[in-house]
Amino acid sequence: MARSALPIITMVPAIVAGAIVVVLTLGTLIAVALRAEVGSGLGPADWAAVRFTVAQAFVSASLSVGFAIPVARALARRQFLWRRLLITLLGAPFILPVIVAVLGLLAVFGRNGVLNTALAAIGLPEVSIYGFHGVVLAHVFFNLPLATRFLLQGWLAIPAERFRLAAGLNAPVGRLLEWPMLCVIVPGAFLVIFVICLTSFAVALTLGGGPRATTVELAIYEALRFDFDPGRAALLACVQFGLCAIAALVAWRVSAVDALGTGLDRVVQRWDGSRWIDGIWITLAAMFLLAPLSMVVFQGLAGLDDLPAEVWPSIVRSVSVAIVSAFLTVGMALALALQGGRLVAVIGVLPLAASSLVVGTGLFLMIFPFVRPADMALPVTAAVNATLALPFALRAISPAVAATTENYGRLAAQLNVTGWAWVRLVVVPRVRAPLGFALGLAAALSMGDLGVIALFADADAATLPLTMYRLMGSYRMEAAAGAGLLLVAISLMLFWICDRGGRVNVDV
Amino acid sequence: MQKTLLAVAGLMLATPAFADGHANTLTVYAPDYFGSEWGPGPSIEAAFEAQCDCDLVYQTGDVLPRLLLEGENTEADVVIGLNTDVTKKARESGLLTTHGVDFSGLTLPIDWTDDTFVPFNYSHTAFIYDNTKLDGFDSFDALLDAPDDVRVVIQDPRTSISGLALVLWVNAVYGDESEAAWAKLAPKILTVTKGWSEAYGLFTDGEADVVLSFTTSPAYHIIAEEDLTKSAAIFDEGHYFFVELAAKVATTDNTDLADQFMAFVLTPEFQSLIPTTNWSFPAALPADQWPDGFQSLPVPEKVLFYSEEEAAALRDEAIEAWRAALSQ
Repeated sequence: MARSALPIITMVPAIVAGAIVVVLTLGTLIAVALRAEVGSGLGPADWAAVRFTVAQAFVSASLSVGFAIPVARALARRQFLWRRLLITLLGAPFILPVIVAVLGLLAVFGRNGVLNTALAAIGLPEVSIYGFHGVVLAHVFFNLPLATRFLLQGWLAIPAERFRLAAGLNAPVGRLLEWPMLCVIVPGAFLVIFVICLTSFAVALTLGGGPRATTVELAIYEALRFDFDPGRAALLACVQFGLCAIAALVAWRVSAVDALGTGLDRVVQRWDGSRWIDGIWITLAAMFLLAPLSMVVFQGLAGLDDLPAEVWPSIVRSVSVAIVSAFLTVGMALALALQGGRLVAVIGVLPLAASSLVVGTGLFLMIFPFVRPADMALPVTAAVNATLALPFALRAISPAVAATTENYGRLAAQLNVTGWAWVRLVVVPRVRAPLGFALGLAAALSMGDLGVIALFADADAATLPLTMYRLMGSYRMEAAAGAGLLLVAISLMLFWICDRGGRVNVDV
Repeated sequence: MQKTLLAVAGLMLATPAFADGHANTLTVYAPDYFGSEWGPGPSIEAAFEAQCDCDLVYQTGDVLPRLLLEGENTEADVVIGLNTDVTKKARESGLLTTHGVDFSGLTLPIDWTDDTFVPFNYSHTAFIYDNTKLDGFDSFDALLDAPDDVRVVIQDPRTSISGLALVLWVNAVYGDESEAAWAKLAPKILTVTKGWSEAYGLFTDGEADVVLSFTTSPAYHIIAEEDLTKSAAIFDEGHYFFVELAAKVATTDNTDLADQFMAFVLTPEFQSLIPTTNWSFPAALPADQWPDGFQSLPVPEKVLFYSEEEAAALRDEAIEAWRAALSQ
């Protein structure tokens, strides 16, 4: 990286952004640990939970990234009608609220789901989704879209000139262009998904079929909400950070440095690959991801009529929080990406490893002496959602920012285009597509997140996901499904607007 | 960018004046479902405000964790919606005080004399099934002996209060044989969920045939949906008692108002709002004053219940029996 040779930007914004992340992740953990009174050690059941957590996260991440490679390649080299819409829709599972996604998955793969109904019709035995494979299936459902997006961006970032040159020389594209790109992107994508699966809890329990599928996050929940044992929660959260740290070290060891150089941003034209095989991969991925999503829509439509008036103000709240938190995320991500380096990479993974329960509790302990928590419910939600979405935004933006610095930094320094002018004139226009993507992703993630609100919630300031849970808690399952549908639709719309906005006049 | 971040940081650290301490505001900490539009909160608030000349404000969320985190600086005057499995911890914190409410009007199936906690509604843990698809079960043994293709969904005792009530229920019925009982139930358990809502959602979606819920659950379907197909299986061995409680916070600066609210909890006005908003039996209202759908609900003859001391002593053992049998 050209960072050290070229002081073209001040470090202050990156320091501020980094400080916010560290306070919200490690700071909250310390706040919880300090509150500890008794604190018990880890028992055999906890170690069983650690083993299960790591095993399922490893398999889930491997399969998500493994399947994403052919799907992303197919999407990168084929042009077809509705391709952009399909790419947007394929991103939906990642931003679904957990409970909505689980009910959607069960409507397809459950006992009375579409799959088993079809199997029964042709006389085949029932397939059970519950168990280790169910946990993995759900995690692949959530994370395949994310892996696909990361890889697709990697593919689209290979300059068109390289493909032309390869075509002219009749050189193997796979080995010379795609393999080096995968060596750069795959370890990071694997790491992110591994860590996401590491902190999973409700999905793992429900689809895992029982206490065998106990994760570390469940133990943290039990310690905080049920036993009120902050010491134990902090200890478990440390274990979770430790696992993430090991994963991060391994991922960084094996990841390569981008060496493809720059191009003139022409549209990539591909001639290689089998149309049929690509078609099959795209169809399979679309079926796997869109079938549960259609069930969510289908079940939700019936509930739309039953929605209580309380839903509408909660939508306004959720959307406002999502917009604020999305801009905050992208601002922080840009500040960190412009700085670059290993420390930034560490900061970029921290929020993934943090338990949202510990973050919420720690933050509560930190601000309670000064402010009435309920007054801060929405600002806190926005700040925490922004931080939790940061890793994804950073991962989307930083390769493009690094490439811009690498390719144009010297020229800019020579022309004395530095500081804000450098960001405004060179970086932002060049990273506009990932910036839009990051903005959309952060907004959508914020819409669906319940994370920390439980301790801060104000009876009259519920967000849309909280309203949905309240409906479920009051037996109103149909209305809850309707609220779930609204949540999905609004999240996708926010994502689409931002993602599209970043792509206007960009041929990718 | 930098300015925006600083502005946001400033916003987060800003210190607005505490709204606490208004003589006429009663702050009540309540669970989420309680304060929502379709929960009991709003109608109770209206009824109380009509007689107290005050402003009742709910703070919803995790009641006890929040109270314990805040300690003596809590803003709460009253907490409502606690369960018996957390009363020990709440009592030992010293944050709650005695209520002085007259219990002569209580209509609970068990004797209640607690000087700190006032019960406001109750139910019993029960398995709910669709009576058009299953014949039902008249005993716990019958459920354990049911064919393995009957799929049951329960809640995790480590994360859910109803799940915890279930393991205590099994312990009360089977004692030392609990693990064997769980082993018999294990093949029928479709899955275990984090909370009640997820499990009940699986049941209403048709994914599970039987769900762990409460004897009062069918009342919702009967009254709100005119659906008579959901029944609670009533077991000969008895059902575990499930009660929700209110308590006065020791540090309240609105003692009179808090006392007034605690007394209000057991009045017919409050109690008559409970059945069709919280879908539970009122704690102090004779059965003939319950709504129609409730009067006809089958109730267990035998009620099982552990005191908070017993429950605390048995909890780890009961959960371990569950975990061991279901982890096979």
